[in-house]
Amino acid sequence: MEEVKLHGFWPSPFSHRVIWALKLKGVEYEYIEEDFPNKSELLLKYNPVHKKIPVLVHGGKPIAESLVILEYIEETWPHNPLLPTDAYHKAIARFWIQFGQGKDYFRSFFQESGEEQEKAAKEILEMLKILEEQGLGDKKFFGGDAINLVDIAHGWLPLWFETIQEAVGVKLMEPTTFPRLHAWMLNFVQVDVIKQNLPDRQKLFAHMKNLRDKFVAPTIV
Amino acid sequence: MAEESVKLLGYWASPFALRVHWALKLKGILYEYIEEELPNKSTLLLRYNPVHKKIPVLVHNNKPLAESLLIIEYIDEVWKQNPLLPEDPYERAKARFWVKFFDEKCASEIMAAFSSKGKEQEKAAIARENLKTLESALQGKPFFGGETIGFLDIAVGWIGIWARIVEEIVDVNLIDAETMPLLTDWSKKFLEVPIIKAFIPPWDKLLEHNKGFHKILTVAST
Repeated sequence: MEEVKLHGFWPSPFSHRVIWALKLKGVEYEYIEEDFPNKSELLLKYNPVHKKIPVLVHGGKPIAESLVILEYIEETWPHNPLLPTDAYHKAIARFWIQFGQGKDYFRSFFQESGEEQEKAAKEILEMLKILEEQGLGDKKFFGGDAINLVDIAHGWLPLWFETIQEAVGVKLMEPTTFPRLHAWMLNFVQVDVIKQNLPDRQKLFAHMKNLRDKFVAPTIV
Repeated sequence: MAEESVKLLGYWASPFALRVHWALKLKGILYEYIEEELPNKSTLLLRYNPVHKKIPVLVHNNKPLAESLLIIEYIDEVWKQNPLLPEDPYERAKARFWVKFFDEKCASEIMAAFSSKGKEQEKAAIARENLKTLESALQGKPFFGGETIGFLDIAVGWIGIWARIVEEIVDVNLIDAETMPLLTDWSKKFLEVPIIKAFIPPWDKLLEHNKGFHKILTVAST
């Protein structure tokens, strides 16, 4: 069996996605914590394009971008499937994996204030409504009775998005306005693999608050 | 074998619909094309893509799919002839990595150069830098897919046309023959492949259409 290594960073939801997938597949791997902002020589060698984590290295071959890594894991270790096997349902799953990803409004919500932040908040609410009503629907998990890559892709909403809302001081996801997503979040973090692989909440909040303070600090021109 | 029905809802000026035309044709799949009269969206489109309300939408045996790249992956999985994606998972991961890079760092910067009044040269410079990085994915081969075109070629190939449109309307330099000779060559070769060439929208019509688009975008940003 070829060696599997994961370069990650403890507060990153993106490296957690990969950890969850590897654990669900029972794949043994070595975890390498990157000491940001100092990036290791190895990281720069393995991800010269973006210089970011997570990077999965399998038999010496590096793969970057968490969603690309997830698909790679699914294809390389097909047991305990994390995507539907039927082509159409797999495509639908991919649609929901991608939905709401990498949108500027999340960055805006975290880094900005005032009007820009309000606009971002509105866009996030719209996106979450669609995710809840059309993505999740009446299911327990996006994957049905068990979690799959869609759940993993949105797995940053509990804990990470929660602490971001706290750090920013704006609560967007109320249980009353998003009852199904709220139930999903509670169920998601109870899944053994997830529960055992989450960063410490206090530590994460402190990290987010620190970042938030930097973003909104008045700059001396 | 039950009768197969494949429909594509698209728009003549959309590079995303173009991607899907190319994929379907490369596989030799027979399909019905339905042109959306944008900006008016048909009730069919709204029914098939309620989330984004956009084209392209592939409808296979009455089952709709949206988002061009996942449509292409679906096509590749269902119709096994002439594979578009590599078989090896690592090579597939590389192809997906580069498509993501292209969408987020090349196409978006080109769009930014096109739509942000006053920042055209600045954005174009970033786009050029990123296109140069994309060039490295060719690894000295004629196409991203190797000796023949593949998934990555059809995912990014539209840039050969659209970059020229932006260059003309906004007076910037994007696919620079001097600094990116391999990418320039690839673009020319790709657009000459008969199946690819057959779907390229007429240049004059596309230019006019995008000039109108440019006016709207730059008025909005002042």
